[in-house]
Amino acid sequence: MKTHTPQGRRGPAQAGQLLSFVRKEFYHVLRDRKTLLILFGMPVVQVLLFGFVLSNEVKDTRIVVVDQAKDEASRQLIDKIDASRYFTVVRDQVPPSRITDAFRSGDIKAALVIPSGFERKLVREGSNTVQILTDATDINLSNTIESYLRAIISDYAREARFTGPMPYAIVPEMRMLYNPELRGAPNFVPGVMAMVLMLVCVMMTAVAIVKEKELGTMEVLLVSPMKPALVILAKAIPYLLLSVINLLAILALSVTVLDLPIRGNLPLLLGESTLFITTCLTLGILISIVTESQQAAMFASLIGMLLPTVILSGFMFPIEDMPVALQVLANVVPSKWYYTIVKDVMIKGAGFSAIWRETAVLLGMTLFLFVLCLRKFKIRLA
Amino acid sequence: MSTTGTTYAIQAEGLTKRFGAFIAVNAISFQVGQGEIFGFLGANGAGKTTAMRMLCGLSRPSAGQARVAGFDVRTQTEDIKRNIGYMSQKFSLYEDLTVTENIDFFAGIYGLPKERIRRQRDELIGKLGLGKEADKLVGGLPLGWKQKLAFSVAVFHGPRIVFLDEPTGGVDPVTRRQFWDLIYEATGQGITVFVTTHYLDEAEYCDRVSIMVDGRIAALDTPAALKKQFGTDSMDAVFYQLARGAKRGDA
Repeated sequence: MKTHTPQGRRGPAQAGQLLSFVRKEFYHVLRDRKTLLILFGMPVVQVLLFGFVLSNEVKDTRIVVVDQAKDEASRQLIDKIDASRYFTVVRDQVPPSRITDAFRSGDIKAALVIPSGFERKLVREGSNTVQILTDATDINLSNTIESYLRAIISDYAREARFTGPMPYAIVPEMRMLYNPELRGAPNFVPGVMAMVLMLVCVMMTAVAIVKEKELGTMEVLLVSPMKPALVILAKAIPYLLLSVINLLAILALSVTVLDLPIRGNLPLLLGESTLFITTCLTLGILISIVTESQQAAMFASLIGMLLPTVILSGFMFPIEDMPVALQVLANVVPSKWYYTIVKDVMIKGAGFSAIWRETAVLLGMTLFLFVLCLRKFKIRLA
Repeated sequence: MSTTGTTYAIQAEGLTKRFGAFIAVNAISFQVGQGEIFGFLGANGAGKTTAMRMLCGLSRPSAGQARVAGFDVRTQTEDIKRNIGYMSQKFSLYEDLTVTENIDFFAGIYGLPKERIRRQRDELIGKLGLGKEADKLVGGLPLGWKQKLAFSVAVFHGPRIVFLDEPTGGVDPVTRRQFWDLIYEATGQGITVFVTTHYLDEAEYCDRVSIMVDGRIAALDTPAALKKQFGTDSMDAVFYQLARGAKRGDA
């Protein structure tokens, strides 16, 4: 499309158009209570929810002990565990065959097996082994219990005073029941960030644009002298701003409520997040161009983006354990790269040199999506 | 009303739109004079909307020529957009915005200066008798009022031509009549009106009417001349005689 207006006059006129449009978009967002609730409620709820799981404090956890030694050392160890504020020893003379029943009834969260001749071996060899069993259906709790028990046991090993070589070493042998291949507790904040930004940017942008098509107002906008690209840009700007607000809210919550400090450079984290937001907005716009109804746009966003984000970004399930095909597929999911960036910068405190590759990938994806948007948009107008 | 001399508001010559093998608009030619009310009739699927989209610069013609407000629909769509107003088939205001906000928004994207928007908006609200509703959401207004407001917004920036795509769908004849009073007022200010409709009482209000059948213009004249030509006293009868032979459409 050619323009016949002198360059000088276009700038201010377009700024005015853009301003009118952005103002109108804010009216839409601010008047739609449901959207507003999702927009600002979701990140808060998710951060608190995951935060609660994370900070699940172990207190008076019920534990049974299978004391096969019944000697002085085992007695002392059991007392020490019972005395700590983290554990309550329910029974200390459970036959090994009854452990499973105790777990099944949900009565206990952990069991400790002390082998027979515990003290004798400890004194003679300076080391011994105990077995810890936990209910790993609750991954985070199971992990926490394990580390607390380990701490108490090694404390005891240091303090114990018998004859023979000292200090003693007691090696806790760990068995997590029901979920043996368990990995370390994932850190959810980077995942929540990727997910929330994804939802807000992709789905809300796509739906907001498609809504205009459904209502018939898009035609009116396209007949106006406002450039189509400017229409799209104006629709995206409010969501960019809202996403940045969301991002800051999530970071503030994770720092204050979850005690998860931002180890890396904050401007770097914000810059990378803005890049990811742009990627998502472009994707949302692309979805809005190729779909005709709000439902279709929502469906495409959920299937196309949210599911891959949850499943393939590495935030819920470790990518290394996936079949090769899925590992390859995960590379096209923008949130996978963003998740890595956030983890590196926020948790590990890495600098740009550690994440330039991920940044380049996101940048490339954004450009690719942008070009695709422009092409599809032109085709639609023809 | 006769077409006035040298320049036409709209001029189409063999305008055609093909979608693959399907010819939606088949080489139509017509002229619309300045200040004229030009009715564009046809059954659903006859090609009305496609033709109108080409004239508005929303769709590129497959063949043929057309000039709107003196600008070429192929190469000068930007200029065309600046000089036309448009009211779509679906209700084209935002229901979750107030009357004032809607006016401000549409005037804003046409790049009108703030001062002019404020002055003209207050005038318009007074004229439509919407003083009390100015700060209420448009969604709560009766349909007839919404449509009058939508039309007023479409001509707010002072276009030379306004395109109305079935503007009065779903309202009663009395409200339709009131709507047409607004249209007459606009033509009084020299605005050319291009209106598609399938209400045949509306066809009577037009200066000239073209009836499209299967992508072609089957008849084009003043309502009186058409009725005379088909030997009948109603536009209904004219329309049915023409549309009876149609091969496509669901009307």
